[in-house]
Order: sequence, then structure tokens, then C-alpha cells
Amino acid sequence: MKKYIGKSVVKGIAVGRIYWYKKQNYEAVKTEVLDTEAERERFESAVETAKKQLTVLYEDALDRLGEEHAMIFEIHKMMLEDEDYLDAVKNVINEGLNGEYAVSVAEEQFAEMFASMDDEYMKARAADIRDISKRVINILAGIGEDGIHTDEPVIVVAEDLTPSETVKMDKEKILAFVTVKGSSNSHTAILARSMNLPSLVNTKMELKEEMNGKVAVVDGFNGEFIVEPEEDILQEMISRKNQWIADLKGLEQLKGKENVTSDGRKINLYANIGSVNDVDAALEADAGGIGLFRSEFLYLGRNDYPSEEEQFESYKTVLEKMNGKKVIIRTLDIGADKKVDYFKLEPEENPAMGYRAIRICLDRPEIFITQLRAIYRASAYGTAAIMFPMIVSVNEIIRIKEIVGQVKEKLLAEGFRMGEVELGIMVETPAAAVISDELAKEVDFFSIGTNDLTQYTLAVDRQNQKLESTCDTHHPAVLRLIEMTVANGHKEGIWVGICGELAADTELTHTFLDMGVDELSVSAANVLKVRKAIRDI
Amino acid sequence: MKEFKKVISDPVGLHARPAGLLVKQAAAFKSKVTISGNGKSADGKKLIMLMGLGIRKGMEVICRIEGEDEEAASEVLQKFFEENL
Repeated sequence: MKKYIGKSVVKGIAVGRIYWYKKQNYEAVKTEVLDTEAERERFESAVETAKKQLTVLYEDALDRLGEEHAMIFEIHKMMLEDEDYLDAVKNVINEGLNGEYAVSVAEEQFAEMFASMDDEYMKARAADIRDISKRVINILAGIGEDGIHTDEPVIVVAEDLTPSETVKMDKEKILAFVTVKGSSNSHTAILARSMNLPSLVNTKMELKEEMNGKVAVVDGFNGEFIVEPEEDILQEMISRKNQWIADLKGLEQLKGKENVTSDGRKINLYANIGSVNDVDAALEADAGGIGLFRSEFLYLGRNDYPSEEEQFESYKTVLEKMNGKKVIIRTLDIGADKKVDYFKLEPEENPAMGYRAIRICLDRPEIFITQLRAIYRASAYGTAAIMFPMIVSVNEIIRIKEIVGQVKEKLLAEGFRMGEVELGIMVETPAAAVISDELAKEVDFFSIGTNDLTQYTLAVDRQNQKLESTCDTHHPAVLRLIEMTVANGHKEGIWVGICGELAADTELTHTFLDMGVDELSVSAANVLKVRKAIRDI
Repeated sequence: MKEFKKVISDPVGLHARPAGLLVKQAAAFKSKVTISGNGKSADGKKLIMLMGLGIRKGMEVICRIEGEDEEAASEVLQKFFEENL
């Protein structure tokens, strides 16, 4: 038995035989040609053939996978019409060298350009250059197209796969993909997602001939590829696989269904998102809204503050995609533990209890005002709500509301349209939970952040693995604070939700319903699981 | 010469799909189209170099159009940028 670790791009489990998809590695040999004119024509006609193949691939993918996934072949065709690329090849031919070699020179030159870019998406485009070049070289050298030839469905293992190779494979014959190279941004990963096949990329292993035909397991949940598993492990994986498929089928049927218990109690079930890209998954999982839109992604991984315009576009996109469903945006929640150099935050002994989140926003209102302006402007495009993190006092809310009032007044004077925006707070400090009766008088809703609430209540650092056993998320102190917060919120007629990890803990779903929690917000992957737990009560 | 600016708001930036569509739009006009951003410039009718600019979300691009049909081209391209990027 051998176990390899890869990066999972599609979750799921597959058990089957390995099919080593080996490329017909044609090495373009450098030879001299006398008639460069004829060689140029040979190249041009190969490009025409390649473009015809791509048109067929495009139409095939259009039927099977839809326009979005088919587009890549249209792009490939356009790359083959790119003058810079064609000129690069012709220049080498003009030196008296053969077409195959000339294409491989252009391939290296352009693939290198993309590979050296500091952007993961663009890096992955080197594969497109290699794909089109390989296509032309194979036509020139008279090599047929590759495919997989097998009777039973197999686990396809390869060094790397190009989009056209992936699309051409008969989906009925594939159980999973495992590649040595590739990134989660590669088209292969995207296609694997659309086919919903368990897949690993960037798997650390050396491909060997003897792997071919061996029984293996792909565990897309844990990013593991196990070759020749021992009998007990094999049996365990088969039962996990069957369970996964049964769960999947059961959960799929819950799409479009209400979040209602057998005795008729209803609850809102929303999704947490961390960027604009997560919205599709939330919609796909049939979430009733966005219960926590972490706005940090706008600030991380860059050198300067995001502009109002840029933030506005992101919020607007999410609101439009959610089409009237509620989107609760949490304002900046950053502290010294996050690497945002341009904030110029002093290193701290204890960043979790330090200068962070709303404390920064109230201390540097210019950052806060930019974000609020962007959210209020976007509010015209859907149902936006705002929540503020790390609140410990009524005074903070009063100061926030003053700033919000000024922002709204100014936007109105500037002629912007705005929607109705609910204002709420995260209840994630014990202080906020204890004075929730007073805080409830000032806001439209509470969202309980159980991760921080647990850490602060139990005085347990979540990052410290030694304390894992002490960090009891079901600790009665935490549960009592939640219960108290819900009751105090309801006394003032406001709704109360939970958006921390605990919201997805189905052992507690019943407890939360009994407490009267109005909304649970969980990751998209957990929406249907929690819906099932609610419906089972 | 016509010129306009746009801050890219597409989350992935000037990626393959919009770059491909942009080249198609630009190729329909006789005018020379130059796209600048991220400290580099590229011919708006050449897909690979255009993608090679590495334009990401939040960056400002300048589109310059020069030629006999620059008026019409500028209008079409500006609309394209507003709607797609």
C-alpha cells in the first residue's frame, strides 16, 4: 500500500483501477529544411486543421458542458490566430528550420511568459499555450489524437492534463482524476468540478509503469490517493464512498424544500461567503441568503486600501446575484495577526484581544467611511444588511450609528439611490452577550459569532493545538450565553442568528431551535446537511 | 485619438474569456487599439500579449484608439469595458 497526498479540487471518493494516461510524448526534433516557403505553407495548413478540430471540440463541449466550459476552445482557436504567436513560429521557419521545431520554440517562449507571471490564474494559462502548440505539432508530425481506451470506468492518473484531453474523455469511463501537476485554477480542475468527479491535483508522486491497472482509492475529502490499499482500508473506503453517494442523493432532494421541523417550526438557513466567487456555491446549495459576507478578502493580498468603487462593485455583484435575498455584510475584521502591511499595525502580544475590527474602524474612520459608502451605494441593487464585529459596549454602537447617519446623508445629497439596510452586530465577546438586553435596543439584529465567543468565554486560544480538549464548543457557559442573547434579542423584537462554526454542528441544531434562534448561517457545503437536521426534528 | 480609462472590477481580471471577446470587438475596426495597464502596453487585437499584461481586479487600464473609425470604435469598446470588466 502506498499513500500520496494531493490538493483536492473536487470532493468525493472513488475506488477503482488506475489508468495511466500517458501522453504520446512527441519530441519535436530540429531539422533543416531547404524550401522555407513550402514549410510555411505546411505550418499554415496544420493551423487550419487545428482550428477545425477546435471547432468540433467547442461544439461537443457546448452540448455536453455548456457555453462557459466550451469557451476555452474558442479561446484556443483565437490564440492560433494570434499574429505574435504565428510570427514567432514563422520566424524560426524562415531560418531554415522545420515546422515542428519552430512551434516548440514559440511554445516555450509564450508558455514561459505566462508561467513567470505572479498571478495564479495567468500562470495556469501556460497550459493553454502548450495545448495549442502540442495540437499543431501532432498534426505536423501526423500523430493521432490521444484518448482513453478502457472497458470499465477508471481512475485517470496523469502527469498533467490539458483542457482538450479532459473534455475528450468519455465521462462514463472516468471515476476520478489524479494529476502530478496542475492547480485549482486550471481548466482541468474547473472541468472536473463541472463533471463532479473526485479530483486531486499537485499530487506528490512519481508515475511508474507498474501503477497501471492497480486498484486505488481517491479520497477527495482528505486529498489522499491510496494505491493498492490494504483490505480493511479498502472496505472502509468503499463504505465511506457508498455513504457519500447515499448522502449526496438524499441531500440533493432537499433543494427547494423548506427549513421546517416536523412540528412546523421554521428557521432561516443562510450561507457564509468569503468572496464574490463563493456566491455561486451558495446559490447552488439553495441557501436562503448570505448570513455572513466576510469583507476581509477586499483588503488582503494587496498593497493599498481598496477604493470605494472597487468595494462597491464587489458588493453590488453579490447583491445582484442573490437577486433580492438578504446579504449580511460584515465590516472589516482585521487585526495584527493578518498580514496587511499597508494598515501599518504594530505587532501585538495578543492580537485576538488587541487593536482589531471595529476598534480600528472607529479609530480610523476614513477606512470605515469608504466601506460604508460602498455598501450603502450597493444597497440599491438588492437586500443588504450590515453587521459590526467585536462589539463590547453600547457606546460603540452609538458612535457607529453617528457615522452611518453622516454617510447616508452625504450619499443622499450626492444623489445616490439606497435601499433599506438593517444594522446588526456580531455577538462574539462575552461582554456583548452579557449586556445583550441593552444592545438589543440599539440594533435590528444579532448574529452570534461562536468561534470567538467560545475562545473568549473559555479563555482558550483556538490556534493552540494542546488546548483542543479544553476547547469544548458545547460548554454550558457558551450555550447559556447564546440562549441569553436570543432571549434578550426577542424581548426587544429583533431577530437573532448564529454564523460561527457551531451553526453547522448538527448535534446542536435541535438545541438552537428550542432556544428560538431565527437564522443559522453555515458554509455552502453544509447548507443541505443542516437542512436535513432541521427536517429530522 | 480617443482615450478612456476603466478600473477593472471583474474578480479574475482581464482573463481569457473577456480578453477573447475584446480582441473580437477590436478586430472589427480599422483603428489601432492599444491597451495599457500594470506598467505594460499591448495591441488590443492580439490575444496572447493582451492576456500577458496580467491585468487584475482593481487595476486601471487605459484604452487608446487611433484611426479613421476611432469614434465608433471608442464607443463600442467603452461599452464593452463597462459591461464586461
